[in-house]
Amino acid sequence: MQIFISEQDQTPIYQQIVNQVRLQVSSGRLSPEEELPSIRALAERLMVNPNTVARAYRELEQAGIVTKRRTTGSYISAGAAPMDREARQELLADKVDALLADARQLNLDSTDVIDLIQKRSNPN
Amino acid sequence: MNDQPIIRIQNLSRRFGSNQALDDVSLEIPKGVVMGLMGENGAGKTTLIKHILGLLKAQEGSVEVFGKNPVSDPVGVLSNIGYLSEEGDLPSWMRVYELFRYAAGFYPTWDDGYAKQLTEQFQLDVSAPLNKLSKGQRSRAGLVVAMAYRPALLVLDEPSSGLDPIVRRDILGAIIRTIADDGRTVLFSSHLLGEVERVADRIAILKSGRVLFTGELDEVKEQHLGVTLHFSQPRLTPPSAPGFLAWEGSGKEWSAVYFGDPSHLTQALASLGGEVVRKTHLSLDDIFVAHVGRSPEAEEAA
Repeated sequence: MQIFISEQDQTPIYQQIVNQVRLQVSSGRLSPEEELPSIRALAERLMVNPNTVARAYRELEQAGIVTKRRTTGSYISAGAAPMDREARQELLADKVDALLADARQLNLDSTDVIDLIQKRSNPN
Repeated sequence: MNDQPIIRIQNLSRRFGSNQALDDVSLEIPKGVVMGLMGENGAGKTTLIKHILGLLKAQEGSVEVFGKNPVSDPVGVLSNIGYLSEEGDLPSWMRVYELFRYAAGFYPTWDDGYAKQLTEQFQLDVSAPLNKLSKGQRSRAGLVVAMAYRPALLVLDEPSSGLDPIVRRDILGAIIRTIADDGRTVLFSSHLLGEVERVADRIAILKSGRVLFTGELDEVKEQHLGVTLHFSQPRLTPPSAPGFLAWEGSGKEWSAVYFGDPSHLTQALASLGGEVVRKTHLSLDDIFVAHVGRSPEAEEAA
């Protein structure tokens, strides 16, 4: 599992970890039953506070993506992939918000944006 | 469970002549927390740390570390604190192994195996005299001394100042390992806010000897948002409203930092008039600048 923390990204660090794990699960880069690095190991690798990694793992666990086994560690849950549609959409929410903000400044409404998205996805 | 904070500072004030170095400072650091102390040079960070180490006596207010007074019980306090300062007050004529032997004599809990492990990891030449080491290697030697007896509290005063990124990474790694190690507590001051953002659970900002604010880092980040407003008519001055800091702009466009409950933002914005054209989360650096007025890194460069 490869996670990258960006100091430029204004998203809180635990949220960056959560988002990347979710994305990797839904794209199949992380498979069910795959073991995650220990909190301590990941914290040392990413150079972030272990409490931050623990918080990310806790959120992933609450979302049903990660399962903690009592003595052996944390694993991707058997039923984790694929994410439901809503959860996958949620991963794009910030980008859509930014897009809509730009659109408003150009005096375009959401219908115009949807129109543009459709044109761009079917260039022919 | 022992809920007593590791450090408890209450209404601490300190004067040096006419200079009010600390002004009614209250701060608590619970066990297992990494506290990042931020502030410009002269804001009082080092003076505060000296009180925690018992090097300065409280003129007003009180300082407790592990529930003890560091001035009247220096042994009880200092034997559990690992300390590294920017300049590393190490006896420069010693060789590295002599320094370690000297430190081991002070601390009954000195762990030779751990010291050796750190020495190897840092590629320290133990036979070299300290005054022949590079600044980075001297800091690493200081770090071994601060950590090898596994103190309950690690205090780092500007540990990264003037060091290259590789040494800074070792220092960050040391902080991370210290807390991963059974919930030890760390207090560190730094002007590299990217580093603070990576490792701190809590932060405190000092300005002119006062605590401007302190809180959980995640909450602090949630409570600050950058907004840009577009007004239909040009304005000569920014709108004034509680909760908005650091206005800048001209004419029809003005930006500010909102500081408060994010769920009240919409309401707060409505009272200002104008249309929101940009809303973003902020880095710790942006937040610091909004409160203090300028960036600590800009200051160091000056």
